Amino acid sequence: MSGLISQLPVLPVITPLIAAPLTLLLPKGRVPWAWATIVSWLTFAASAALLHNVATNGVVSYHLGDWAPPLGIEYRIDLANALVLFLVSGIAAIVFPFAYESVRSETDNRQSSLFYGAMQICLAGMLGVTITGDAFNVFVFLEISSLSTYALVAMGARRDRRALTAAFNYLVMGTIGATFFVIGIGLLYQATGTLNMADLHLRLAGQDNRVIEAGFAFIVVGIGLKAAMFPMHLWLPNAYTYAPSVVTAFIAATATKVAVYVLVRFFYSIFSPDFAFMQATFAYVLLPLGVIGMFVASLVAVFQADVKRMLAYSSVAQIGYMLLGVSLGTKAGLAAALVHVFNHALIKGALFMSVACVVLRLGSHANEAFQGLGRRMPVTTGAFILSGLSLVGAPATVGFISKWYLLKATFEVGHWGVSFLIVASSLISLIYIGRIIEMMVLREPPESGPLSAPIKEAPMSMLIPMWVLVAANVYFGLQTDLTGGIASAAADALMTVGGAR
Amino acid sequence: MALEFILERYNYWIVIILMMTGLYIVFSRGNLVKKVVGLNLFQTSVFIFYITIGKIVGGTAPILIGGHGDEHGDTHKGADGAVAAGAGHDTAAADLSGQDGSSANPVIDLNATLSDQGGGLHDKIANPAIEMKPNDLSVSPPVGGDAEAGAAPSLHVEPGKISNSFMDEAKTAFELNPSPDSAGAGHADAASQIADAAGHGVNAVTDAAAIIYTNPLPHVLILTAIVVGVATTAVGLALAVRVREAYGTIEEDELEAADHIAEFGVPAEGQA
Repeated sequence: MSGLISQLPVLPVITPLIAAPLTLLLPKGRVPWAWATIVSWLTFAASAALLHNVATNGVVSYHLGDWAPPLGIEYRIDLANALVLFLVSGIAAIVFPFAYESVRSETDNRQSSLFYGAMQICLAGMLGVTITGDAFNVFVFLEISSLSTYALVAMGARRDRRALTAAFNYLVMGTIGATFFVIGIGLLYQATGTLNMADLHLRLAGQDNRVIEAGFAFIVVGIGLKAAMFPMHLWLPNAYTYAPSVVTAFIAATATKVAVYVLVRFFYSIFSPDFAFMQATFAYVLLPLGVIGMFVASLVAVFQADVKRMLAYSSVAQIGYMLLGVSLGTKAGLAAALVHVFNHALIKGALFMSVACVVLRLGSHANEAFQGLGRRMPVTTGAFILSGLSLVGAPATVGFISKWYLLKATFEVGHWGVSFLIVASSLISLIYIGRIIEMMVLREPPESGPLSAPIKEAPMSMLIPMWVLVAANVYFGLQTDLTGGIASAAADALMTVGGAR
Repeated sequence: MALEFILERYNYWIVIILMMTGLYIVFSRGNLVKKVVGLNLFQTSVFIFYITIGKIVGGTAPILIGGHGDEHGDTHKGADGAVAAGAGHDTAAADLSGQDGSSANPVIDLNATLSDQGGGLHDKIANPAIEMKPNDLSVSPPVGGDAEAGAAPSLHVEPGKISNSFMDEAKTAFELNPSPDSAGAGHADAASQIADAAGHGVNAVTDAAAIIYTNPLPHVLILTAIVVGVATTAVGLALAVRVREAYGTIEEDELEAADHIAEFGVPAEGQA
């Protein structure tokens, strides 16, 4: 048992990575789903143990194959990535059990083992990106998760063939982003001769030249593409809209969050805010793009005729909040960004899961499908309303906590204008969420057409995981010790990383 | 001067031209397969960029040269192994000193390997230890060197290079300790100095051997990136096949027109 504990840091990655190919050997039907669910729970248990371990004992460093860093690959887990690990594996542990009915109705049943295999590889890739302390390793895991995501998005083609073109565009843009990232890593390697993040940080300190600036720019653009940073978000709405509902719920809650985490990791653990170009990037790139993204994407969301697409644009806007927090360059801002990474995953996960329930029963995610849903599927409607209010930032939900931290951070640096804009864009989100809630609660169900057929509430196998996530929205809205406390401590550690090693 | 500056960096120009060509194809072509080809070009430029990073002028390919080159790992491993070899030599030296110069058997056994690898250097090492024991060691190079060369291959250290640097170190050590009685101590010294030399890592080793290798790490990285690129191409082409099955075309404008008709029931404006 003690042997297993000493190998704990590698378990969250290795468990789904080994389990995924085994999934392909399983018979079609329910078995792959059960297997994936068990794997996701084991992964979550390992991540939770790791978070506990890091919170009590401090930074954990694991040397893969016993090769000492900086030559070997190091898994380096501090509070920041332990929190993201906990989040990603937690979302997986909720979405995987939720998946069965929805996946059965939306994808080809003969492909169920392939589907769950790809889901596990995607999970392993994202956990790997989060856990690793090696810059090139980030690229490898990023592509492991992205490649499986392209395949998963394309599996929505059974319901709508546009999933294929959406997946193809995602592939093109994702590959360009990943390749930009590799170019950046190459430039940094050229300047320093190392790939280990902590080592990079030491060797970059004091250097200030074109090579590093170019490397930094390539990395920001590359990861920005993956994170759907505002002007580079074009792949996201179609990919989220046409992917199978479960896939949307999973990647909307995790993939972009992991990319934002990578951005934070590069800003603070590899580069440091002391660099003049970092300050310029924060002030002239991230802050304006974050604010513009918040507004433009929210406004676009208001005019969507499809709930899934509306939520996708809302995701782009929420990435803007996170970048805004990062761009303040203060401890409070970073903590706010990390809190929002965590909270937004809970919100969007719950929202897309309720959409999945509607799609299961009505076969559509157009706005009309939500008309009068309050009477037809009250439990699902309740989940949508609660998590929608959380997205807007109603008190006693996680959304409120995020906005609160973000506003506090902007007050602290005296950006009153920005604080005003945050509140204003929250009001826009109230419009687009309120519009759907109004349809669900106040309107009559459609009386004719394909959407008027009598329907049942979604099955328990979907309602229970969905409500677990909704409950998490409320729980973490009242109990801010875990998210707020850990995020603040993590931000503290990230800001002072230069002295940590 | 300016022309020289440009021409000297021709590989970077190739990288930039390929990269821009690839990106241009991705953005300008409507055919999905051509887009994948553009992506491939774009990625290939990055491969060349990485290989450029690893290139050292006058360096050979990072494949170890010498009789045992094929069984050895990369240079990092070599550096690590060298330390282990130093330690191994320490024990070997202790054994030999216990036998006080009558260690003909191990010396002769090891001699065969050694003469292949660094024979030239042995002639230069005229140290008192040999002169004190002409009968036992007349046909053999210094004991320390032997033990080292013997230890080196078994520990997976590149023998040609490592043993050369060890020879230099050993020579110094023997010169410092000319007394025959302290031959054992001399070995120990040599061993510690060898460990030092090994600690200096690849540079010391490479200098001694006068072989310059290009940096293998970018090659390894780019091998990984090539695998990723192949996987991306495969997924991209597979998607193109599925698009062809679903739409009957892989031209982007026709796909958009088909989607428009499917959504609104009428062709988009400006189209027949």
